[in-house]
Amino acid sequence: MSKVSNPPHPRLPGLATLNRRSLLKTAGYLSLQFPLLLSGQEALSASANEPVRLPGDLQTNRTLSAWLRVNADQTITLLVGKVELGQGVLTAVGQVCAEELDVDISRIRITSGDTRLVPNEGVTAGSFSMPYCATAVQYASAEVRHILLSLAAEKWSLPIDSLQVKDGVIASSTGQTLTYWDLVLGGALEREATGAIAPKDPSLYRYIGQSMPRIDFPLKMTGQSIFVHELRLPGMLHARVVRPPSYRSRLLSVNVSRAQAMPGVVKVVRNGSFLGVIAKRESQADAASRVLEKSAKWQTDTQLPTHDGIFDWLLKAPTHTVKAIKSQARASAEVVSQVLEATYQRPFHMHASIGTSCAVATFTHDGDMVIQLHSQSVFETGLSIAKMLGLPANKVHCKHMQGAGCYGHNMADDAAADAALLAKEVMGSPVRLQYTRAQEHQWEPYGSAMVVKTQASLSASGEILDWDLKLWSNPHQVRPNGDPGNLLSARYLEKPFDLVIPENGGPPNYAADRNAIALYEFKGHKVTTNFITEMPVRASSTRGLGAYANVFSIESFMDEVAAKLQVDPIEHRLRYLKDTRARDVLQKVTSLLGPKPVVKAPNMGRGVAFARYKNIACYCAVAFEVEVNPQTGYIRVLKAFVAADAGQLVNPDGVKNQLEGGLIQSLSWTLKEEVKFNTTTILSEDWASYPILRFSEVPPVHIELINRPGMPFLGAGEAAQGPTSAALANAVFDAIGVRLRRIPFTPDRVRASMAKGQS
Amino acid sequence: MLTFKLNGQRVQSNAALSESLLSVLIEDFHINGSKFGCGLQQCGSCTVLVDGKPLRACGAPLSSVAGRSVQTLEGLAQAGVPSRLQQAFIDEQAAQCGYCTSGMILTAQAFLERNPNPSEQEVRQALDSNLCRCGAHNRIVKAVLRAAKKVGS
Repeated sequence: MSKVSNPPHPRLPGLATLNRRSLLKTAGYLSLQFPLLLSGQEALSASANEPVRLPGDLQTNRTLSAWLRVNADQTITLLVGKVELGQGVLTAVGQVCAEELDVDISRIRITSGDTRLVPNEGVTAGSFSMPYCATAVQYASAEVRHILLSLAAEKWSLPIDSLQVKDGVIASSTGQTLTYWDLVLGGALEREATGAIAPKDPSLYRYIGQSMPRIDFPLKMTGQSIFVHELRLPGMLHARVVRPPSYRSRLLSVNVSRAQAMPGVVKVVRNGSFLGVIAKRESQADAASRVLEKSAKWQTDTQLPTHDGIFDWLLKAPTHTVKAIKSQARASAEVVSQVLEATYQRPFHMHASIGTSCAVATFTHDGDMVIQLHSQSVFETGLSIAKMLGLPANKVHCKHMQGAGCYGHNMADDAAADAALLAKEVMGSPVRLQYTRAQEHQWEPYGSAMVVKTQASLSASGEILDWDLKLWSNPHQVRPNGDPGNLLSARYLEKPFDLVIPENGGPPNYAADRNAIALYEFKGHKVTTNFITEMPVRASSTRGLGAYANVFSIESFMDEVAAKLQVDPIEHRLRYLKDTRARDVLQKVTSLLGPKPVVKAPNMGRGVAFARYKNIACYCAVAFEVEVNPQTGYIRVLKAFVAADAGQLVNPDGVKNQLEGGLIQSLSWTLKEEVKFNTTTILSEDWASYPILRFSEVPPVHIELINRPGMPFLGAGEAAQGPTSAALANAVFDAIGVRLRRIPFTPDRVRASMAKGQS
Repeated sequence: MLTFKLNGQRVQSNAALSESLLSVLIEDFHINGSKFGCGLQQCGSCTVLVDGKPLRACGAPLSSVAGRSVQTLEGLAQAGVPSRLQQAFIDEQAAQCGYCTSGMILTAQAFLERNPNPSEQEVRQALDSNLCRCGAHNRIVKAVLRAAKKVGS
């Protein structure tokens, strides 16, 4: 093998780079002693006598120095537990930090997702990063700025209010200046935040509210190493795993020696039914894994309900819990004149990341397991892996690096666990593991299939009197939250770890029943969750969790009721919608859609839907114009519109990018996607058997944001998922008079519904 | 021993001739700009240009580039300055996770050389076999059109 010098890697000027090296280089410059970072729980108990509730994740990580360091090289290190999932969160928190500290944004160095360096902020999910992480950063930065100003004020014996700051230079009214970097902080940041220093008035904002370019894009667009997939450590080996034919398979026998003798193979690892191979080159690991796969004999006893049978299965399966999450009886005595009902179905959907999951693990000679991974939950996954390997928790060190967009709990954690299982067999050598496309498609935890039944009783005058929604769902939260049973391979080890029986999420976020309580104010309102923990196929958090199917059902049904009553669907919604911010986005999207054509063109239609994500996050209304071909059943989406309110906007272009991306992904789920499986195996194993939306099918998307200066930041990354599905169904109904209640709306389903004359 | 040009430099490899071009580029030449997405030539993340034409490196054996010129994302920037198309992607913020981006840029690069003044429809058609999961499609189309306008001006 001949080596050549690497092709030139350009270094581009960026706003800031994610630079651990500079952190290490500069951390010792000031004579600061940083305390050991407290884990969330320790911090809580340490502050048991401190009743003050701190903003965002400052509540669980209360020490200022856990978040911020003022470096002697005139930079600021911002440490955050939330990680970049490709949606731009680090750019946004950098803006918030620069804003409140009053430094140029180019001075911010962000360290994120390193379990030995950053505050434990739990999982990066649920649209929580802006309300929890950015809010913590906002208050921590404001307080650090205040501390720095106090030091200067003390030095000059001047009132703090008389001082001004620009890019870290503090100036007094009498012309004296001091910089942040001149002020030796000593232990000033080693104390608990008070949360008492108010952030800036929005009228003074310089960075918050501005569309800043993403800090990681210049690196990504010129091919500089940033993804974990591109990590190349000295002496790194490559690994593959061999998966069984189905979920409950057990490995009976395998010919290890043939694979072991193949070129480059370092070690074949069998541990119960877990099978992997480590080799010098990736292609060698791949070749050996295929030989292993061929010789492996499995016992397979799975009886899956099939993708067509899953909805009946859900309705008949033993229910773990039945819970009325809302039961508001109608107090008034109007007479019910008619009752409408409908049933909606959502299949299993994949995260379907474009890059297959990957991790690099090294079992060092010191007995540390160091893992570079693209997990959403570096702390919890590290703990799960420690338990799986029988290592003390503090011996597993997780370092987040970016991966392909995951949109929830995909196989990032499984890849980390598999890499660690294999690395433990070759002490001292880094082991890189990346899944094949089929492994990613067939083994990732899918977004749960769901059945939702709705019922509305109406008065003679057309008022909705009682609204009843019942849903049936598998779990949506089966993350490795410190338990090895939620790591795929741990279930196949010689001493297997059992999957923990998942729990449904409660208020205010909910999980299976996320957004199941409509924001509309009905006189009678009942919502019941049938939570089924037995999972025929692997399922876990997928963008929006239950909100996607619940909003699909609520917003489709609102349209069905409006159609039955022959009232305008927007007016119909506004009648029950009291929240003014909700009304604003709904009215805004209606105005974007423009006036209805006087004469409706045949097979053309328009539809609108609305939800406030989780009923506590971003408000989002979506509208579509579609054309349906009645011969082929093909739905062409002509135009898409979004109106959204994410509170105080930090990076408007970033919010638009997320909303548009969410809309297009949800459109893909709704038009095309369904995980197919027979009684033993997952049939959706590649992009041909699990097609997603392509350029020619993507409509232009027009987005308008309503900024709310000074209001809390609201996460927007999942807000478009639910409304998109229902707006599409409503537009199709408007176009051809056919109501689609089962996702996806494939051409054959559209034709079948038309043939049935269903309306 | 096989010789080819990589981003303008003459390079040699004695990896197995049947090994995929993608793994040789990643492992031996530390190329980041071509990514493993499917290994099935379905998604386009691994796209490289061979003598100016897009090729899915995951399905091409190393032997197929003997004596030919291979260009990757890294090869588009000149002396640290992003190419016009790369800059257009940055200006339009045309990505989210950015994993598919290099395949998009290289496919578009070859397309623009063939068709320097395309319509939006033509851009969508040219990129139709490249998959994006984040939903950055419209921004990517705008970036390609922005670069095309600059070519024309």
